[in-house]
Amino acid sequence: MTVETGRHRPPVSAERRVSVVDILDRVLATGVVVTGDVTLSIADVDLVRISLRTLIQSIRASAPVSDGISARRAGP
Amino acid sequence: MARETGVWLYAITPEFDASRLPAVNGVGGAAVRVVEAEGLSAVVASVDLAEFGEEPLRRNFEDPTWLEATARAHDGVIDAVSRLGPTVPVRLATVYHDDDRVRALLEDRYDDFWAALRFVTGRTEWGVKVYADPRAFAESAWSTEASAEGGGSGPGTTYLHLRRAQLSAQQAAEDTVAAHAKDIHAALDRIAVTARLYAPQHPALPEEPGRMILNGAYLVDDGCTDEFASRVDSLAAEHRGVKLELTGPWPAYSFAGAEEEARP
Repeated sequence: MTVETGRHRPPVSAERRVSVVDILDRVLATGVVVTGDVTLSIADVDLVRISLRTLIQSIRASAPVSDGISARRAGP
Repeated sequence: MARETGVWLYAITPEFDASRLPAVNGVGGAAVRVVEAEGLSAVVASVDLAEFGEEPLRRNFEDPTWLEATARAHDGVIDAVSRLGPTVPVRLATVYHDDDRVRALLEDRYDDFWAALRFVTGRTEWGVKVYADPRAFAESAWSTEASAEGGGSGPGTTYLHLRRAQLSAQQAAEDTVAAHAKDIHAALDRIAVTARLYAPQHPALPEEPGRMILNGAYLVDDGCTDEFASRVDSLAAEHRGVKLELTGPWPAYSFAGAEEEARP
């Protein structure tokens, strides 16, 4: 097998088709964490439930989402 | 009354010519710009605190439509910037009072940012999701066991035999599926510089058939991209009954913390 050494990306890079859950996995749970002046301390929020609710919403757009994360106050 | 604005932070990069900044709008449709200090560039945009202040954010995070649009906009800017060069993504919803505060951040965290930038330079994050249907494995295991145990005895005994065979087949299927996930991850991890595992996404939700058994992110040297992609294909061929999905290229979200460097 030959392995190219140059910077090269396979054809999938042409147009990223990205599911919202894949994005939420990353933008909520990762990335460098710095302390902003206005920070929603999402580290303390139930991320799994947020992403799950978003996904359910995207599939069943009509379903009301009533149980909230509001009961869980984020941050100290 | 004047609107109160804040500065939304997307990503940190080595200083670059701001005219190369891609024409993408960020969260809330705001134009993206650059704040510089210490040879670093922070990619930012001014946002209305009536929507992106602390209390509004808390409320808006409850709204899945808003959250999806905001997450996609955040990712869109970071993705565009990451195509220009090494990029450290910043977590969603990091907002500063003004540009001076962002400059102060670049100065304070100078060493961390450069370490993270060096770590992701010449490397790209790829996602691999693996799906399997444990019931399919259970059915094949069950039919094998059932035919092996069959023959003789009354109907009650036969039922108990079958039921026991079915239960052990289910357990065997779970073990088989777990073994597939472990093997596949190990094979991909060998090519990658480092890897990070996410929780498998909810079974009922992805469009893919079966259950997600692996949700991995892999940081791969750009020289090994083809090898990695071919390995995904060959693993799919080697593991029957299992489906692999390659996603990316991603900005190096999963590897932006310097702590990953500690891995031996």
